Amino acid sequence: MENILKPWPWYVSGPLITLVMVLLVYFGKTFGMSSNLRTLCSMGGAGKYADFFRFDWKAQRWNLTVVLGAIIGGFVAVHFLSDGSQMALNPKTVAELNQMGFENVGSTLLPQEIYGWDSITSLKGLALLIGAGFLVGFGTRYAGGCTSGHAITGLSNLQLPSLIAVIGFFVGGLIMTHLVLPLIF
Amino acid sequence: MKFLKFLFVGIFFGIVLVKSEAVSWYRIYEMFRFQSFHMYGIIGSAVILGASSLWFLKKSKAKTIEGREVQLAPKDKGVVRYLLGGSIFGLGWALAGACPGPMYILLGTGVYSMLIVIGGALLGTFVYGLLKPRLPH
Repeated sequence: MENILKPWPWYVSGPLITLVMVLLVYFGKTFGMSSNLRTLCSMGGAGKYADFFRFDWKAQRWNLTVVLGAIIGGFVAVHFLSDGSQMALNPKTVAELNQMGFENVGSTLLPQEIYGWDSITSLKGLALLIGAGFLVGFGTRYAGGCTSGHAITGLSNLQLPSLIAVIGFFVGGLIMTHLVLPLIF
Repeated sequence: MKFLKFLFVGIFFGIVLVKSEAVSWYRIYEMFRFQSFHMYGIIGSAVILGASSLWFLKKSKAKTIEGREVQLAPKDKGVVRYLLGGSIFGLGWALAGACPGPMYILLGTGVYSMLIVIGGALLGTFVYGLLKPRLPH
């Protein structure tokens, strides 16, 4: 039990993510979280505005159920399966972030400087979160998948398009982390 | 209840991603700064084991629960949409510190400001749907 409450090492977590993918394949589906965003748009009536949203979204209800489960899983993990231990981040990472003005690095999953009340009630903070979401929503649909669909499933299925997409993920991620974040913070 | 199994897979997925810290903004930052092996270990081991599993399932002609042979739809050919769309997603991933799966999971952990990010993601998806016919793919 003690080992369950502590953070899980990569060599436990990675194979368990594989298990999620394989289970969904066994159930006759594929692992892909970003497609739920399209489903939600269709449910909300986006089909009135674009062909892209005119599809049988009811066939995607299984995936929305996975989303519901994921929300519950997040709740369970934090409230019943965690001992509140500090993240074992690289001290260099922590020092860098401290210098950029981030405090209490690694004591929560997300920085208060981005997700905290003070941030989201400021124009800059609000714009940041909406903008970040927009890029994720637009980019994943343009690329036809995200980390689960391309990086895990696509690469496991030896798909060249997924490799190109994952290279893109890193191009964007590196530009944001190395060039843009230092300008914002 | 045919949906129950999906609910359980989702719960399991949520727990694994929290316990692995893959839902943490800090872990994503650390990954893109190449300052830790953690995230590379997670994704790398998931892909190596995933590729071996899919290879074995196909080779052994394993059947899904619906009685069909294991077959994953191949991705459409192309370069531009994957490189460009992927880069746009990457910018958002590194800024939000969360990709679409973790967005929902983090909501469950009690980070309600994530609703703003999810709202932005729905808007981004909607705008892509509008612009799709005019974008290079």
